[in-house]
Parts: sequence; C-alpha cells; structure tokens
Amino acid sequence: MSYSLTINGQVRELDVDGDMPLLWAVRDHLELIGTKFGCGIAQCGACTVMVDGQAQRSCMLTVDAAAGSEIITIEGLQSREGQAVQKAWEQGQVAQCGYCQSGQVMSAAALLAQNPTPDDAAIDDAMAGNLCRCGTYGRIREGIRMAAADIRRSEGDA
Amino acid sequence: MMRRVTENACDSLNAGRRSFLKLSASTAAGLVLGIQLGGVSASEARTGEEGTEDLLTFNAFVSISPDNRVRILIKHLEMGQGVYTGLATCVAEELDAAWDQVVCEHAPVNTEKYANLLMGQQATGGSTAMANSYRQMREAGAAARAMLVAAAAERWRVPADEIAVQEGRVSHGSRSATFGDLASAAGQLSAPDADTLTLKGPADFRLIGRDSLPRKDVGKQDGTAVYTQDVKLPGMVTAMVAHPPRFGGRVASFDDTSARQRKGVIDVFEIDSGVAVVAEDYWSALKAREQLEIDWDDSGAEMRGSRQILDEYHQLVETEGVVAESEGDTEAALQQASEVTELTFEFPYLAHAQMEPMNCVARIDGSQAELWYGCQSATRDQQVVAEMIDGSPEDVTIHTVFAGGGFGRRANPHSDYVVEAVNIARRLQGQPVKLVWSREDDMRGGYYRPAYVHRLSAAVGRSGMPDAFRARIAGQSIMAGTSMAAGMITDGIDHSSVEGLAGFPYAVPQRRVELHSPVVGVPVQWWRSVGNTHTAFSKEVLIDTLARQADADPVSYRLALLRDNPRETAVLQLAAEKAGWGSRELPEGRALGVAVHTSFGSSVAEIAEVSVDGDQFRVERVVAAIDCGTAVNPDVIRAQVEGAIAYGLSAALGDELTLTDGVVDQDNFHNYRVLRMPDMPVVETHILPSTNAPSGVGEPGTPPIAPAVANALTAATGRTFTRLPLRLG
Repeated sequence: MSYSLTINGQVRELDVDGDMPLLWAVRDHLELIGTKFGCGIAQCGACTVMVDGQAQRSCMLTVDAAAGSEIITIEGLQSREGQAVQKAWEQGQVAQCGYCQSGQVMSAAALLAQNPTPDDAAIDDAMAGNLCRCGTYGRIREGIRMAAADIRRSEGDA
Repeated sequence: MMRRVTENACDSLNAGRRSFLKLSASTAAGLVLGIQLGGVSASEARTGEEGTEDLLTFNAFVSISPDNRVRILIKHLEMGQGVYTGLATCVAEELDAAWDQVVCEHAPVNTEKYANLLMGQQATGGSTAMANSYRQMREAGAAARAMLVAAAAERWRVPADEIAVQEGRVSHGSRSATFGDLASAAGQLSAPDADTLTLKGPADFRLIGRDSLPRKDVGKQDGTAVYTQDVKLPGMVTAMVAHPPRFGGRVASFDDTSARQRKGVIDVFEIDSGVAVVAEDYWSALKAREQLEIDWDDSGAEMRGSRQILDEYHQLVETEGVVAESEGDTEAALQQASEVTELTFEFPYLAHAQMEPMNCVARIDGSQAELWYGCQSATRDQQVVAEMIDGSPEDVTIHTVFAGGGFGRRANPHSDYVVEAVNIARRLQGQPVKLVWSREDDMRGGYYRPAYVHRLSAAVGRSGMPDAFRARIAGQSIMAGTSMAAGMITDGIDHSSVEGLAGFPYAVPQRRVELHSPVVGVPVQWWRSVGNTHTAFSKEVLIDTLARQADADPVSYRLALLRDNPRETAVLQLAAEKAGWGSRELPEGRALGVAVHTSFGSSVAEIAEVSVDGDQFRVERVVAAIDCGTAVNPDVIRAQVEGAIAYGLSAALGDELTLTDGVVDQDNFHNYRVLRMPDMPVVETHILPSTNAPSGVGEPGTPPIAPAVANALTAATGRTFTRLPLRLG
C-alpha cells in the first residue's frame, strides 16, 4: 500500500505494508539509517524518533499509524534542544560504541523541549527507556544538564 | 616492490575515492615501514577518481594527503573502547601532528602488517589494544615524522637536525611547510629503520596524557557513524535464520509454503544453523520467518535446564578437581584447622546483550568473498571464510566498520555469525546479503558467559589471617573445542576458568585451586573480563568475610595481606582515601563495600556506597582507582572504567540467563534485565600516575564492582552474599 510520511519536513512516499514499523520504513526504504534497531519491542530506545514532538519508539509504531504525523529522525534534528544536546554530547565525550546514542539524543532533546530544567529524577525518568550497554548513563545525565544550562544561557543572551 | 591495495572499510562505503597504498618491508618488531614507489609515480598515484585527494602512504599505519590530512589506519576494532583515539594519540604524538588534522579508519585485514603483537594474529581482545600497540604506533608516527623532516631538509638544503616539527608544521628559521606540502616529496624517500628512531620521553608528551582530547570515532551523536546494520550495497538483500530452540538441535523437516507467499520474500533454504529466509527487507524476512513450519530434531540437543546444570556443579565442588595451582599442604591445613570458613558461590549464564544484535554483510562471488561488519577476530574469521570458499585468506576481503558494542561477543571463537552469513551468501552467488539477528535471536543465540559454582574454604590462624585457602571451581571451559585450546588449556586446566583465583594476590601460605570443566551443550564464550567475572567475586567476598570474622576493617585487612603487592596496595589506598573510607559519616541505611582485583595487567580498587531500604537497595556512588600504566587518554580511561562498572553492575543487579529443558527462558530486554539509567551510580575514577607501559583498560574495571556491592550489602545487613545477581529479599 502507498503511504505518505512527513519526515524531517519532507513528504516521502513509500509503498509498504501498513503494519511495517516506522523503524524499518525509514531504515530499509528511506535510507535514514541513523535510527537504530536494538530490540523491536520498545524496550531499548535505540529507535527513538519524534512524532509530533513526542519521543516515540519507531520499532512499535506502524507506518499506518505514523502517516499524518510530523516525524523527526536524528538526521532532521534541528531544534534548539537537539542542537544543544548534540553539542553537549560531543563536549562531554558521551558516546562509546555509540549505537544507542541516536535514541538517547532524541529522548534527551524531547525531554528538554518539555522540561527545560529537569532535575536528576526527571532525567532518570525520561531516559529509563533508553538502554546503553556501554554504561554511558552518567555522561548522558551530565550531557543533559550541560545542554539545559546552554539553552538557559542562550536565552539569557537573547 | 610496489603493491596496489584497493581501499579498506570506509572507502567502499564512501565509494568513489581510490587511493594507492604503497607499502612493504616488515621489521622483526612487526612494524611495517617503507615505501618503495617502484613503477608508480606519486603523480600517477594522485590521479584519483572524481578529483578527490590522494594519500601518500608513509607506512602501514600513516598516510598524509596533499591537503594536509593525516590518516591513521587502526588495526583494532573500534567498539566503543576508544581505540581510534588511543592509537591515533600515539601516532600523532611522535609525528607532532595537529590533533584536528588526524582522521582514523579501520585497517584492512592483513595479518602480517596488522597482527596484535601479543597474539600473533589480527584480533582485538583481552584489553590488549594499547598494550600491544603503544610502541608500534609511536614508531609509526616517528618514522613518518623523520621522512617529512628529511624532505624539508632536502628542499631547504639545511641539516635535518635543525628542523622543528610542531602541531603539524615543519619549520626551519623563517621557512615552514605543512605536512601536506611535504607529503609528495617525503613519500618518495625510503623509510628509516625502526632502530634509528628516537621516541619522546614522558616529559615531552603533549598528546599522551592530555585530558579530554576529542575522540576520533566521530559521528555517534548525529547518526552518521556506520555500523554493520547500516551497510547498504547495490542489490543487497536481508536474511534472517530460524535457529533451533535448543542448542545442538537441527532441522528435521520444514514447510516454507506460506513463508514463500509473503511479499518481498526471495528465497528460503536450509543451512547448517537452521532455515534461512532471504527477503527484500528486514520486516519481510521477519514476517516470513514467522510463517515457517519447522520440525526440529533434538536428538543431539542439550536438554538440561540451568537449574539442573548448576545442581550438578554443586555436586562437583564436593569432590576434588584437577589441580590448577598448589602451594604447601592445603588439605592438611584445612583438616587440622579448628575452624574453616566455607562459602559456596553460584553464577548464572550471562548474555552479552550488546546493543547491536549480531549481523554481518557478505558477498560471495565465485572464489572471492567480501564481508562488511564489526570484525573483531580478523585473522580467524578470514581463515574460516577462506576454508568455506576453498580459497586462501587473500581471497577474503573484510571491511571493518564500527561495532555497536561487543563485550566479547563479536570475537566468536567459531566465527558463528560470520559463517552463517557466508553460508547464506554462497547460495546467492554475487548478490550481497545482510544477515540480521533479531534481539530474540541474539539473546537465545548462545555463546554466553558460562555458569559457575565455586566452593571456597579458608583456615584462619590465631592472628585472624588465613593460613590456607582452597578454591574449587566448576563450570564449562570457554577454550575447549576452539582453535585456542592448544595454547590456553594446559594439563586439563583452562586458565580462563581459574584466572583471578589462581595467582591469588593475598599472602596466604598454603593455597590450592581446583577445577572441574564439565561438558555442557550450551555454547559459551568470553564476556567482558572473562574468568575474572566470577573469580573476583568469590575471592573478594571471601576476604571480606574473613576480615569481618577477625573484627578487622576490610581495607586494613586487605592491605596487611597485600604487603607483597604494591600495585593493589596503591589503588586500594587511593580508592579508600577518595571514598572517605573510615573517615566519613554515612547517613542511616548507607554502607560502603570494597573490592580490589588485577586483570589484563591493570589493578583496580572500587568502593561502592549502597543505600538499603527494606529488601530494596541502590548503589549510590562508586569510587574507583586504576593503575593501568601510562594513561594515554585519561578521559577514555575514565569512560572505560565507568562503562566497565556499569556492565559489571548490570550483572550484579539483574542479568541472569536461565534455561528450562534446554530452552533459554529470556528473549529480550523485558525479561533479561540489564542496567538502566535510574540504577546507574555516580562513578568517580582516579588514575594512578605511572610511567610504566600501558596495560588493559576496557575490562579491568568490571571484576571489582559486584563484590564491592555485595560487601557493602554485608556491611549494611550483616548477611553474606554468595549468588549473583544480588537479592536482598
């Protein structure tokens, strides 16, 4: 069946079964490979994308359900929060193997968009669905704090 | 001699760039130096396609392009441990390159040039990447520097020893040139002999030891880094395999009628390891696989459950095993002692559960094989594939890409996932295929950290210090049945089963370590820190128990027994000081626990602070001290210690793989419970200053964490914890 998906501000047409998860649609059919496959059952967060501004696991969201929404993948993450998170990730040398980090960045950016000043409990709560087997959790926490501070600073300058 | 070598890994992904590597001549140390241009001139070498820049190769590791980029080939797999950054630091240090002009790529597979000097084959593991490369990479940098200096000396007609090199610039008086300016001329000079090179002393280091040097494994926060899962080739298809539910099971018969009707399915066929489904994409392959009807033949399968297997191990430790190490008459000392402390430990099977499930891209074209994946055991995988295609290693090209975690799994002793990919690819002659395991396939795919039972017995003298110590270990040998068995198993002892308890660091006059290595049909493999994953736990819980029985402070008690072990003494003292051991008032419900262990040449002490509330507990903070010799990249070392602690803590708190009637009970992250962010403690890592040669960093942080937490729980509750994962309730 033919679907139109709005991804990273572009309308993309694709002909796939409606029950195909968005993850496989973007990876196998739209050449957007930054979104990662980790578990297929929304338990690890590696496939996190933004759907209408909310962090969602694309491995359990069907193309059928995603059609009509604004989808942002790591390739299209240009929000202020997203940029601040990526900068903080780089400065804090967060990534190790890096496989989970697209998902971590998306979850962190979504968190900061909704809560610009998360405390540690809010960070843990928002990020609990994103696994990292390299154990970069401490640096992710610090990266989110840095990004939040960075955004506050830039607002102060404005 | 001039050899043209087509490009490696990343280049085939960034198709279009073509460079010529000009290589040759290896020294006894394994350092490959020298460029002899032979019949090809530098200008010819520069005629790359699409006007992209070309690289002038100075040696097997260093190339410099006219646009001033220094490319370093990394002979080890980058799987998050920071090996790109580490090896590049060593090269750039001696080359006096500017850090931002350096880029890294995985080296091709070439055992002669890129062997791990501690293993004799191209392979990444055992926390040896820096230890084996430290001198080799510095020599590679120094050799390239000498060639640039010689070229400048010739151009400017000045003595070479008057030329300075700094931050990527070669200068003499008012004249200066970039590396790129000199690359063509330097590339035509012959390489210096390794023994003519002078390496810097630590006082002159400007990159080695510098904190927070930006990492070279870039593209990981913006989704552009390429892993096996991301490799896409023209005409590539996706394959999945239905594996037998039990280890050792085989396909009896199968019906693929409805699977073949699924849209996007290209082929279905049986291979050694199961039934392969080849399709246009992952989703089609997955859905078609669900349609397969397979009868399995379990006649050769392991039918036992993990409880039964462990119960058998408990029986085994009642009996004498093969003696791995013996000092004095331990048996007599234990029999004559008025009191013997005896603890029995139990450890489950563990999955690696790296974030990227196993996968491999392969194309077999006649007698040539080409593979793309996070390749950890390059020489072995290449040999295995060569045998499969009736060819030689030269017929097998491997392009190494980043691995989404490894923790041991990608260095499979039987190249299991590589063999499976090749078995599929050779049915599709010429067409590239990506084998993808689902998370369920990965979790149930075997090659686990083996389950073990330990029985530790200690006789304590009047001083409260142990007089005699005996360990009996029961569990599968990782090395048995592998190509490493000959080297790793001596007199019936797989050293990886006893390491950590054998070579007991504490001064106990009479010691004996025995091993039972039962044969079980569950495939096993090394898992971050290998035997130390279990031996450090029983050793450190036993010592803590003895300290408490002697009414002694656990740190002081250890220090007394470590009087002949200055490295463990130093890290233990450093961690204790930084954690405020014995000097800090702890809030109600909190307690500290300590453990120290040496593995992969490095000593690590960890002090865990736990909070206990009823039958719940949380690890709040961990203070670690590591002696890993020269700290090449302090921030990478801290990151590895943090990660090693998280990985070990995951096993201490939740990881447990069980089998019922031979079938693995867990299949994904909802029932195989790995560490999540809310359970991550604050980790503080202190690096002992050292000018010794670098030793392991990736693994040594893992062993101490589980016993440190167990000992903290003992301090809080008075109970002794002898089973992982830890449970209060």
